[in-house]
Formats: sequence, C-alpha cells, structure tokens
Amino acid sequence: MDQATVFGIESRHAARQRFGERVFKGATLTAAVLVLVLLGGVTVALLTGAWPAFAHFKLQFLTRQIWNPVTEKFGALAPIYGTVVTSLIAMAVAIPLSFGISIFLTELCPAWLKRPVGTAVELLAAVPSIIFGIWGLFVFAPVLQRHVQPWLIAHLGTLPGIGALFQGPPYGIGVLSAALVLAIMVLPFIASVMRDVFETVPDVLRESAYGLGATTWEVIWQVVLPYSRTGVVGGIMLGLGRALGETMAVTFVIGNAHRISSSVLAPGTTISATIANEFTEATGDLYNSSLIALGVLLFVITFIVISAARLMLRRLDRKALGSV
Amino acid sequence: MKRSGTRKIANVVALTLSVGATAVGLFFLGAILWTLLKNGLAGMSLQLFTQMTPPPGSAGGLLNAIFGSAAMTIMGIAVGAPLGVLAGTYLAEYGGNSRLAALIRFVNDVLLSAPSIIIGLFVYQIVVVPMGHFSAIAGAAALAIIAIPVTVRTTEDMLRLVPQGMKDASTALGAYPWRTTLSVIYPAARSGILTGLLLAIARVSGETAPLLFTALNSQFWSKDLNAPMANLPVDIYLFAQSPYPEWQQLAWSGALLITLTILALSIFARIVVSALQPTRRT
Repeated sequence: MDQATVFGIESRHAARQRFGERVFKGATLTAAVLVLVLLGGVTVALLTGAWPAFAHFKLQFLTRQIWNPVTEKFGALAPIYGTVVTSLIAMAVAIPLSFGISIFLTELCPAWLKRPVGTAVELLAAVPSIIFGIWGLFVFAPVLQRHVQPWLIAHLGTLPGIGALFQGPPYGIGVLSAALVLAIMVLPFIASVMRDVFETVPDVLRESAYGLGATTWEVIWQVVLPYSRTGVVGGIMLGLGRALGETMAVTFVIGNAHRISSSVLAPGTTISATIANEFTEATGDLYNSSLIALGVLLFVITFIVISAARLMLRRLDRKALGSV
Repeated sequence: MKRSGTRKIANVVALTLSVGATAVGLFFLGAILWTLLKNGLAGMSLQLFTQMTPPPGSAGGLLNAIFGSAAMTIMGIAVGAPLGVLAGTYLAEYGGNSRLAALIRFVNDVLLSAPSIIIGLFVYQIVVVPMGHFSAIAGAAALAIIAIPVTVRTTEDMLRLVPQGMKDASTALGAYPWRTTLSVIYPAARSGILTGLLLAIARVSGETAPLLFTALNSQFWSKDLNAPMANLPVDIYLFAQSPYPEWQQLAWSGALLITLTILALSIFARIVVSALQPTRRT
C-alpha cells in the first residue's frame, strides 16, 4: 500500500467521523433546544387561549369574585384566594415537619436506619396525587369532620379575632382539609431537599461546634441552619411551587365552591381545582378562555416561585437533588 | 451563655420533636398504604383484569383502563424518553458551562416542577383544539412532555458520573466525541439511563390532571388512537366521586394497582442506582 492510498482511507474515515459528529451533535442540540421551545410553546399557547378572557374582562378578571357560566361573568379572585390560602396553611404545617424529618435523617438517625427512613420519605413523594385525593376524601376528611373540626369550632371558634377562621358546620371537606392534604404531599419534597442541603454542611463545622461544648440542637440551629440557609429557603420554595399547582388531591377535598369565606372550614376552590373540574364541561368560548386564563395565572405564579427556588438551589451539587 | 440545664432541656425537646415529625411523616405513608391495601384488595379478582368498565350500578373490571394507561404511557415514554436522553447528552457532553446549556438546564428544572395541569392545557390547545376532539394521541403527547424533563435531568446526572479517564482514553484512541458517547459513555452509564427511564415511567403513570382534557375517558374497549381512551387515573377520579358502590370499589382497586406499580418502579430504580454506585448514598 503506498502512502496515497493510506491517506485516502484515512481521510474517508475522518470524513465519516466528522459527518457522524455533525449528525449526532445536531441531534442532541435539537433535543436540548426543544426544552426551550416547550416552555415558549406553553407560554404562547396559553396566552393565545386566554386572550379573549383577558381582553373582555381586563383587570376585573383579577379583582372580581363572581364566577357565573350562565351570564358569562368570570373573575378569578376566589380561586386565587383559595390557592394562596391552602398553600400558605400547607406550608405552615409542612415546613416544621420537614425540618424535623431532615434533622432526624442527617443529625440523629443511626446509620442503619438512615436508608429505610430516607427511602420511605422518598416513596411518599412518589405516591401520585390522585391517591392523596381519594384517601383524603374517604379517610382523612371524615376523620377531620368527626374529631378535629368540632374541637376547633368549640375551642378556637369562640376566641375573638382568630375565631372567625373556625366558624360554620364541620363539613369535612373544605379549605383546611385541602391544605392539610397538601401539607402531607409536599412534606417529602421539602424534607428530601433539606436533608440534601444539610448534608452539604462540612463535618468540620459541626465538629468544631461540638468541640466547644454545643448541644446537638445548638449545632443544628446555630451552625447547620445558618450555613445552609439559602438551600433551605430554596427547598421551601420548591415545595410551595408544588402546593400552588397541585390539582387532583385538592380537587377531591376542597369542596369546589366559588366563594371566599373567612372560615377555613368552609368549602372553597383553587385555580387548579377549578380548571380540573370545569374544563371539559365548559361550553362557550368565553368560559373556556377564562379557564385557560386561570391556567396562565397559575403558570405565572408557579414560574416565579419555582425559578426563585431553582436559583437558590443552584449552588447545591446537582446530583444531590436527585429528581425532585 | 444560658445555664447548662436549660440548654440540655431545649436540646431534648427539639430532638424529641424531630423524631416526632419523622413519626408523623411515616405514619401518613403507612396510613395511605394501609387504606389502599384494605380497600383495594377487596376488589382484586380475575374479573378486574378481564372485563370492561361497567355502566353505573353493575359489576365489571378495569381492562380497558389498564390497557389505555399502558398504551398511552408506552407511547409517551417512546417519544419523550429518547428526546430526553438526547437533550441530557447535549448538556453533559457538549453544553459544558456555556450560557445556552445553563439556560436549558434552568428551563428544564422549571418544567420538571411545573404543575402538570398546565401541560394538559397546553396539549389541549395545540392538539385537541386543532383535531376537534379528545384522543389517545393527545394523552400520549401530554405524557411525553411530562417525561422529557425527568429524563433530561437523570441522563445528564448519570452521564456525568462516567469517569473522565474513560472519555480521555477513548479520545486518545482517535475517537470523535459522538463515537466516545455511543461506544463508551452510554454503555458505562447504561443502568443510570435505565433508572431515568423507570423514574419517568413512574412519574407519568400516575398523572391524572393532564389526561383529563386530552385523552378524556371511554367506557369501552378502544384501540383507536384518534379517539378518547380509557385510563386508570381518570377512571379513579370519576369512579371515586360517583355514588355507586361498584364504581367506588373499582376506584380503590385501580388506585391500589397504580400505587403498587409506581412504588415497585421507584424501588427498582433505587436498586439499579445503588448497584451502579455502591459507595454513594441514594
């Protein structure tokens, strides 16, 4: 074989390699850019669908409580209120519990128990939301109705001020029940992010504090928590994003009433529950468009919350986050 | 400094509360599984897997719903997973620290946590409205879109675990990056990619909200991709809210089936990961 032939083979091989490289890199790049296109597509499609409602109701869509398919008057205030209130109550319950679970897993738990308990918490996160819904409707809400709500009405309902929150008959289903089911749902998400964040705290910091005579709680509160503050808030925001957008679990237990009640025991609705309940039955373009407009609101709210969460968690080792 | 007695008491109280919080979390997992087993097992029979969903007030099974769920999940994964793996490959092997890659990572993370009902509305707008009716294709499309961010994320993470030395060795032999990826990195990360796939299937198969306005539901045996198709999550949703005991029983049985499938997939995925990285906490 003379040199020219060798070069010929060489260059043909190289050409094939270069071609393969172009095709493969192009394919992966296209798929990656598709992720951006998806987000863009969602934004455009939702805005297009919501446009008639926004154009018709203008700002009143955000400020009115009325939701009347017959007269075609729609305002998003009740669903917005329900979404915010259920999520806030859920977070108030879930944050302390998640904090407790994550410090148990990182600071207290014996090594042999770490894996099973950690896995159990992650399995709770894997349970689909419809299961929480059906369990909430048939098991949790009746328990609340029989045992918890009568107590709340009798004891807290008579107090001045916060008493207004606990008025009315114990329906079982309602804003409080939905919020508590939400709390159970977001609990494992916040707990596993917090655990991962706490594990990034260098052991030498803990050991120094223990060396100075600090108790375990002091190490957690004065060393671990300040060190990982950003990540902890990020985890909380991630949980909040989930609570705001959660659909099926809430739809089952919130009662689906388009009104704003001062009592958390009364039925209410959320943005996602309204869409899930009414979308397939929505007759009329304005009705349909108003429901999509609710979707736009939900999208904007969750986008802001999730973006903030992801920015705060950016510094965290990506692997540590798993697929939360 | 506070007296040491107060400090010790504060410590004991805080740590007790922490153990209590863990107990509460585990209690709810146990309570949910217990309810599902108790109510779901009562309806487990051969009939469940051989008969169609019944009209109100009579007995039947979930065959068409099980078939529909499986069909739409498989179609969704078949479209979503390869796209996700390719995009994840770009982020791990080509993107590096470029601004485009950072943006894609960020957007992907946002999509990963975005409410799935939004995806349902999106697919309704771009598939159902132009077609003029609900269909299994629309359902599968919604599931594919939900599967993509999960696979992108796990693929990138798993490809990054492949030791740099292996890539360097391949490059030193004269391989272009695409050859290295196909012949060295993918085989090395095989079980990691499989994990991503399992997690995506687990995530997708319980999704209800996006199917409500895409695949809708059907009471009959249907293999027509162009028509509404029965599926387990929407049947659970409808049957659980119905006043008929037969339907409620089917809802519980369906809920048990779905949950067991998803928990089995999640546990299996964890086993695959720990086999892949024996020293790492999973």
